[in-house]
Amino acid sequence: MNITIVDYGAGNVTSVVRALQRLGVEATLTDDPEQIAKADKVVFPGQGEASNAMQNLRQRGLDKVLRDLKQPFLGICIGQQLMCRHSEEGDTDTLGIFDVPVLRFVPQCHEDKVPHMGWNTLSDLRSPLFKGIEEGAYTYFVHSFYVPLCDETIATTNYILPFSAALRHENFFATQFHPEKSGDVGERILQNFLNLSAK
Amino acid sequence: MLAKRIIPCLDVKNGFTVKGTNFVNLKLAGDPVELGRIYSQQGADELVFLDITASHDGRKTFTEMVERVAREINIPFTVGGGINEIADVERLLEAGADKVSINSAAIKNPKLIDEVASYYGSQVCVVAIDARQESDGKWQCYINGGRIPVGRGLEEWAHEAQERGAGEILFTSMNHDGVKEGFANEALRALSDELSIPIIASGGAGTKEHFRDAFRLGHADAALAASVFHFGEISIPELKQYLRQENINIRL
Repeated sequence: MNITIVDYGAGNVTSVVRALQRLGVEATLTDDPEQIAKADKVVFPGQGEASNAMQNLRQRGLDKVLRDLKQPFLGICIGQQLMCRHSEEGDTDTLGIFDVPVLRFVPQCHEDKVPHMGWNTLSDLRSPLFKGIEEGAYTYFVHSFYVPLCDETIATTNYILPFSAALRHENFFATQFHPEKSGDVGERILQNFLNLSAK
Repeated sequence: MLAKRIIPCLDVKNGFTVKGTNFVNLKLAGDPVELGRIYSQQGADELVFLDITASHDGRKTFTEMVERVAREINIPFTVGGGINEIADVERLLEAGADKVSINSAAIKNPKLIDEVASYYGSQVCVVAIDARQESDGKWQCYINGGRIPVGRGLEEWAHEAQERGAGEILFTSMNHDGVKEGFANEALRALSDELSIPIIASGGAGTKEHFRDAFRLGHADAALAASVFHFGEISIPELKQYLRQENINIRL
């Protein structure tokens, strides 16, 4: 199985590489649109700022390519946010795979620290991505912007307000949390993604 | 709900874990990667590895250890000790660390915080502060492993660190460190209520109740400890069960 990680200069892709290695999979890192198009599965990780990340994608011609992929695709953290329609971060138009905007957390009281950082629970799990994962399982989050609940939400987390911890549209999956840093629960979610049948 | 974090801290010298009492009198406590793996399996929420050699040879050994941790452990980890410039940050993040903890170098050159935050994001930038409550009741910051006072107040410096882009503050009370009579809850609470970024409590853990109090009274977001874990005085699963019973939100 050819697992390809989109390497577009957005940082922290190596932690995904290592997490996949722990599952016995050697992933290919590339920013080459042709190689990405040929992959069996694509992982789209990242950290950083949305407008810079979009610029990095456009420079590599990846913005158009990613939208048209048909194989199972997993966005992580900023990856998920870039798959939405628009981000308040840098007032940036993003890929538009999920028809939902990305908004900035607005603290409602002093305890609401931003970024949302640490382990939080998943609920309302609705996807083969979460096979074997219990309601209330904890995963690791680090983010200051969030995706509101929408028709494409497949997991919900509550911080300041309920938001989309994960999304799905056809072959496109995405998580706001970092499965590669979420202990055994995260490993199971990555394994579930690897187990999805490629069409 | 967001869980309070329990963070074992591993002081690493020449590739081995050590822990001092009041920053001196080091005792050996094992291989850092193995120990880290055990803690992760027991339910630690994050790990901190501090390089206390910080010589040039020691640095290479430490970087290799960071690479091993990144390969083998599936929870977030922070590394610190001997970070003087952005090149050190780059080296450790490339080796696979999720966050870096900057201490003396940040006080000597506060712009380092801005640099780290703007290159890599605030989420990787932990500013560690060692402070002592002096006889006049005021908290003063110290550098170089608690040896040199720098004439800056704890809250004032923590606030500046936040404004410059620190993602978290790791506050060690030198009065409490190694004494095992509880964390500096009053100072923690003042910091936590003053700042809008997470505060990690450090120094003073001796019993399970001390962790409860750091969260409940100190309003800490995370609590860090070393020797109570390394010497098996408190087990992480037991601690987390206890905190859950005390209605503190904990990942089990």
